[in-house]
Amino acid sequence: MSVQKFPGTKLSAKEMYSLPGLVESSPQAKYEFSAGPTISRFLKGLKEGKILGRRCPRCGRIYVPPRDYCEFCHVPLADWVEVPDTGRVETAVVSYISVKRERLEKPEVVGVIRLDVPGYPEDGYEFAGLFHRICMDPEEAKKDKTIGMKVKARWRPPEQRTGSILDIECFEPVG
Amino acid sequence: MVTNLFVKDRVAIVGAGMTTFMRRALETPRELAWEAAKMALDQAGLTLKDIDCVVIGSAPDTFDGVHMKGEYLADGSGAFNKPMTRVYVGGGTGVFIPVSAWWHVASGLCRTVLAVGEEKMSPAHPHPQYVFRYIWDPILHRPLEPNLIWIFAMEMRRYMAKCGAKKEDIALVSVKNKRNALDNPAAQLAANITVDDVLKSELLVWPVNELDISPVTDGAAALVITNENVARQVTDSPVWIEGLGFTLENQHWENRELAYPRYLNYAARMAYKMAGIERPWKEIDVAEPYDPFDYKELHHIEGLMLARPCEAWKLLKEGYFDRDGELPTSPSGGLLGVGNPIAAAGVMKVAELFWQLRYEAGKRQVKKPVHRAVANAWGDLMQAGTVIVLGN
Ligand SMILES: [Zn+2]
Repeated sequence: MSVQKFPGTKLSAKEMYSLPGLVESSPQAKYEFSAGPTISRFLKGLKEGKILGRRCPRCGRIYVPPRDYCEFCHVPLADWVEVPDTGRVETAVVSYISVKRERLEKPEVVGVIRLDVPGYPEDGYEFAGLFHRICMDPEEAKKDKTIGMKVKARWRPPEQRTGSILDIECFEPVG
Repeated sequence: MVTNLFVKDRVAIVGAGMTTFMRRALETPRELAWEAAKMALDQAGLTLKDIDCVVIGSAPDTFDGVHMKGEYLADGSGAFNKPMTRVYVGGGTGVFIPVSAWWHVASGLCRTVLAVGEEKMSPAHPHPQYVFRYIWDPILHRPLEPNLIWIFAMEMRRYMAKCGAKKEDIALVSVKNKRNALDNPAAQLAANITVDDVLKSELLVWPVNELDISPVTDGAAALVITNENVARQVTDSPVWIEGLGFTLENQHWENRELAYPRYLNYAARMAYKMAGIERPWKEIDVAEPYDPFDYKELHHIEGLMLARPCEAWKLLKEGYFDRDGELPTSPSGGLLGVGNPIAAAGVMKVAELFWQLRYEAGKRQVKKPVHRAVANAWGDLMQAGTVIVLGN
């Protein structure tokens, strides 16, 4: 026999905010994250205007972002290699909201860049890539041709770089 | 994927319960858990005395705003002085709860397990989306101030680009599931809407509009899971857990193809192998693919091998996945229609299949005869796949 009524009491927003004993709490937690040896080196590279990857001695994959170890071979990674700061748009979206879900005044384009890094099959399931902003017109970004479009990193001027992912301002279309 | 199964006891579901899914429940999280647990026990014709072990699942503590949520939910879930396990794989938790209950019983460790999922998302202010910022990599991602929806939008766009699907093709999932939810008395967002309504709803992160997404929800759901011996004593229509699978992808989603959910496909293959299913697209009669976003149902239909890669959206247009179609999906109304209290949502999907396989789904009952069903849930950074195959 099928259930016709399920337990639970729904409140309207007004009812909730006038509940007796409603408690408001804002935990003030603050964290300082260390990047670890591998990503610290990667960030130092960004400060110098270079994208650094790391090669697996066993399978030859070049990881960007770099790792300490190869997750497939489970061996430590050895060489550092500078990789091109160019690639293709793997996916791109247009955000109209902030991290807190407020409306943005100016929409922002972000996506994943499949970097021009050797050692991966073309259009393979895995690739070296970065998640970043894409400096382009939002309406252009929605067009089909954006996927696969060639892009290049737009670097901040050297004196403004801090050793952060933001040392790259964005990726922008080339050609 | 190699599994080596020495199963002591065959495992069945004999009862299911849930609360209404809603935004802003008056009840506290543990009261919600209690309501769902009690209903599941009542449906099984059992009491807490019959329960040996309890499995609780809940997604991040930050939603309810209560730490150690497993312990917090324990008494409402009937875990008082009993072995209790809390499981957690993000959004994949809901299906991981009965998966975990299965091994408690299959191993012979416990005869009967109460399995409970709960989430209360409305306490988080200004919006629970903000809580999700903590899932992003603190060094490489958070400086870009990402909103949670970005990642799903990126995946949806990739699916559209790779598979040739348009926004209006994908919006049909939302239309179908919210319509299915009209027959679900527990549903939060049941509605007769059109594709146009989805396309005209608030644009959040193109290609995602508000009606592409499941809502903020409070709720709980529970299952009673037991061995064959007990199951035969308490019911004439046990629903057997015939297969299960769970796998985890790496966390580096910016380094892999987002158009196809490999995380799910591995888990699905594991579950089908255990259930002896070779052609899931023929052998599965009804499915509850995880649908927190409309494109995600299509993605998961393909990962579950109920359709070929990039073909789910074409079949959807033909009505293939409607309640009276060849392979009904989300007859419950899914997360898009019933609501998405994260861990409870996955349990709700398994509960729906339990009712479908017992022909107890009332107006939601699918038209075709049903023997085998599959549900999945997914979580973390496009990572966790959890799958359960049920049979009657
Ligand atoms: Zn390797």
